[in-house]
Amino acid sequence: MHDKTVTQLAAALKSGEFSSRELTSHFLQRIEKIDAKLNSFISITAEQALTQAEAADKARAAGKAGRLTGIPLALKDIFCTQGVKTSCGSKMLDNFISPYNATVVEKLNTAGTISLGKTNMDEFAMGSSNENSYYGVVKNPWDLSAVPGGSSGGSAAAVAAGLVPAAMGTDTGGSIRQPAAFCGITGLKPTYGRVSRYGIIAYASSLDQAGPMARSAEDCAHLLNVVAGHDVRDSTSVARGVPDYTETLNAPLSGLKIGLPKEYFGDGLAPDVEKAVRDAVKVYESLGATVREVSLPHTHFAIPAYYVIAPAEASSNLSRYDGVRFGHRCDSPDDLIDLYTRSRAEGFGEEVKRRILIGTHTLSEGFFDAYYTKAQKVRRLIRQDFLDAFEDVDVLMGPASPTPAFDLGAKKDPVSMYLQDIYTIAVNLAGIPGISVPAGFAGGRPVGLQILGTHFAEAQLLNVAHQFQQVTDWHLTLPALAEENA
Amino acid sequence: MQWETVIGLEVHVQLATRSKIFSGASTAFGAEPNTQACAVDLGLPGVLPVLNEQAVAMAVQFGLAVHAEIPEVSVFDRKNYFYPDLPKGYQTSQMYHPIVGAGEVEITLDDDNTKCIRIHHAHLEEDAGKSLHEDFHGMTGIDLNRAGTPLLEIVSEPDMRSAKEAAAYLKAIHSIVTYLGISDGNMAEGSMRCDVNVSVRPQGQAEFGTRAEIKNVNSFRFVERAIAFEVERQIELIEDGGKVVQETRLFDPERDETRSMRTKEEANDYRYFPCPDLLPVVLDQAYLDHLRSQLPELPADKRARFQTELGLSAYDANVLSASREMAEFFEEVHRVCGDAKQAANWVQGELSGALNRENLSIQNSPVSAHQLGELISRVLDDTINGKAAKQVFQALWNGQGKSADEVIEAKGLKQVTDAGAVESMIDQVIAESPAQVAQYRDSEPEKRGKMIGYFVGQVMKASRGTANPQQVNGLLKEKLDALL
Amino acid sequence: MALEESHVRRAAHLARLAVSDDQATGFVEDLSRILDMVDQLQRVDTEGVAPLAHPLDATQRLRADEITETNQRDSFQRCAPAVEDGLYLVPRVVE
Repeated sequence: MHDKTVTQLAAALKSGEFSSRELTSHFLQRIEKIDAKLNSFISITAEQALTQAEAADKARAAGKAGRLTGIPLALKDIFCTQGVKTSCGSKMLDNFISPYNATVVEKLNTAGTISLGKTNMDEFAMGSSNENSYYGVVKNPWDLSAVPGGSSGGSAAAVAAGLVPAAMGTDTGGSIRQPAAFCGITGLKPTYGRVSRYGIIAYASSLDQAGPMARSAEDCAHLLNVVAGHDVRDSTSVARGVPDYTETLNAPLSGLKIGLPKEYFGDGLAPDVEKAVRDAVKVYESLGATVREVSLPHTHFAIPAYYVIAPAEASSNLSRYDGVRFGHRCDSPDDLIDLYTRSRAEGFGEEVKRRILIGTHTLSEGFFDAYYTKAQKVRRLIRQDFLDAFEDVDVLMGPASPTPAFDLGAKKDPVSMYLQDIYTIAVNLAGIPGISVPAGFAGGRPVGLQILGTHFAEAQLLNVAHQFQQVTDWHLTLPALAEENA
Repeated sequence: MQWETVIGLEVHVQLATRSKIFSGASTAFGAEPNTQACAVDLGLPGVLPVLNEQAVAMAVQFGLAVHAEIPEVSVFDRKNYFYPDLPKGYQTSQMYHPIVGAGEVEITLDDDNTKCIRIHHAHLEEDAGKSLHEDFHGMTGIDLNRAGTPLLEIVSEPDMRSAKEAAAYLKAIHSIVTYLGISDGNMAEGSMRCDVNVSVRPQGQAEFGTRAEIKNVNSFRFVERAIAFEVERQIELIEDGGKVVQETRLFDPERDETRSMRTKEEANDYRYFPCPDLLPVVLDQAYLDHLRSQLPELPADKRARFQTELGLSAYDANVLSASREMAEFFEEVHRVCGDAKQAANWVQGELSGALNRENLSIQNSPVSAHQLGELISRVLDDTINGKAAKQVFQALWNGQGKSADEVIEAKGLKQVTDAGAVESMIDQVIAESPAQVAQYRDSEPEKRGKMIGYFVGQVMKASRGTANPQQVNGLLKEKLDALL
Repeated sequence: MALEESHVRRAAHLARLAVSDDQATGFVEDLSRILDMVDQLQRVDTEGVAPLAHPLDATQRLRADEITETNQRDSFQRCAPAVEDGLYLVPRVVE
């Protein structure tokens, strides 16, 4: 069962091939057997999952099953789940049992999906390798010496290893697309505002967006159908109708205009990654698409702009962790300042502190205009690059990451780690959607093709990705680890 | 040296919305601690703010009432600092693009002259919670019920030149917000608080002196006292060769002094930046026109109308328009009795005196405006005399009767105007007072007028106050003069 | 713009993060490198460009002034480190 897509599993549940309880038990057993090698889960909610599965089976028997009723999923531990520990990968929230559900979680519950547990992640979603988790590193199922990418590394590794058919992640600068690429799965970051952020622990509010991570684009379409839409609790969620994303998956691609940003094929791109991406583009040409080079001239300023805006927002968003109402509190504080400074010093990890300090510094008096205001202006230019490009082409294609998954511990210097996100980060600054699709291997590690569309072009991205997956099988290839333990 | 005082006020007005500015939790005062602090107010991980439309409407109404510019776009910013009553570690406020731009307020001074105080801007923000310092084993308790209550912070220009002007300005703001119904204006419950910026400069000097900010002053009286103390302190300091330092001070009403808040005062840097969880608020002309059309008559307009249409003095018009409740009460009394001057006298005299004695606000007056209006009508139509009217008022105040007529009837206070009955009482009084009659007869004619008072009093007493004093006076004079 | 240890100290104080001397040195190094990278922004000509705070040009929607929340104090305080009589406790605040 673990090698099947959500679409296939949903069909099997519908036809009665097996029950949700059986399916759920199967995946729970796989987690128990395999996850010790990966560390992709922070919490496993087996009991609750089985209860949900039984309810799903009952609903099905009563004729009340929806498309995804009874499908097991996992949630990045950034989604607030009522009654379940929601740690955000941090010691700060190690003791935090959320008293409420994120809107995404409510929607998935309503759709009848089953949550198997909460997946590992970089602390507060700050990282590109999953090495910043309080709960330890996650390993890449394709190669245990490699990182799974981050920050949604646990979700990506769990799906890739067949521990769960699909998972929800979040993406602030590439945190869905890069781990999806590193682990050989499909991951969609929707348009900013497409999915409610309510109940998703904030990292950088103007950049954060949740999205599905699964084996196929079709699976992502099913999940996006459930989680997308306006939420009265999120002012930044967009009041705009949600189409059935599965309906347009099979639209033909003849005449599709693909742009290849020349800045995405420059220095630093590993040759075998470039080859895999160019081969994928050729597949599109064979499907009737036309290809041309385009330019996104401000690409190289995306990382600098991001490392002002995201830490600035984060420094403010993370001020609520003060040891007063929830979260870690230091032992016997001497006074108020001691309570604050020690609780926060003990509760946050290195990378989080680094970003809080950067953000605090760049927002402070005398630096605000030179950094923050400047970065916001550059942000507008970056968005304009994309809008200009989409005047000429339908979608943009390029690598999701300059290299395949790197080795654990390979990036010691924060800046070299940040540079990993060169192809993903501008997308969040512009708020446009992007999807990473498995497109081959480089040195035995997966390569992701990134496809970008204009605001609210999710249906088109899923269509374009799905058509590729109709004629390739990279997305169906499983790592050996998934099979040897079956 | 002659010193001039320069004062600017930042008034924080709690807006009378049902729910909070960014959450659906109740704003009701006095609930058990933290029972009205929802996930958003507590700043739980993952929560997000959504702006209350009523808070926006109320802020705009204020802006329109003070003839302010209302910019098309306003933006919420985060003011970052740590404090236990500030759950998120930042206060959502408006630093760069406030909802209300420059406007002005007219204040009335003691000599009934008016002065315009300019408003720099007014912005929306969320209130913080409360720290309770009672003993929790040496700890402080935090109640976040108030966190997220909408505040309109109204920032004046430094246009006030005395403590009295500052108090008059605060009263003017109070009357505007209560007229608009956008705040209950209850200063005791903290619905209106203000920070006072005070500086002094030699008379005639153009530039301002260094100012001190007195935080959280919460009554009209305290504003005057705090400023009076602070002005004296600054003048003394300068005259002794010292320098005023820019600092935050706290007014202590017990000791009637201001003192430096050194503990809270450290070089702060609030790192304002636009709140990424909220989008720009855009108000179109149609919306503004709609709100403008809903504005009630405002205090300044009412004051003017009371003078021109009702013929009240500037003083009366000012007192009676000071609060919406007072004005509405007066207008109802006037509507019922039809005599503005009498209505004004009764509301400011008998009624206000009784309210003050029992420390009641006019909304809680035991005598309703309608009852008072009827009572005045009975005086005007000669059913009762002035003295009886006071008795009727007292009875209504004590709840002895539903209307003036009922009390008049029950107590038999109707004026006796039957000449025969009055005459017989007069005859009796004259018969029982031979000594006074003799005295009357023997006095100089010009002194007799004075002496008649004794007889009037006796007759009024005999009638248990129901006789008409003018009538008694006339008849007495006739009868006594007949004895000469 | 060169970063000095005093900047890190000040940021740490504003952000209420206890930072030891050793850590401060490390942060000065890391943050300097990050800011060097960030300084590339100064090369971009942004003359006449308005800052962009949100990726979509959307405006704030307003909610009706209705009470939609009920008292959940017990549930919310279950995850609190120190409460008494419904109040959150902190070391004594000196006004």
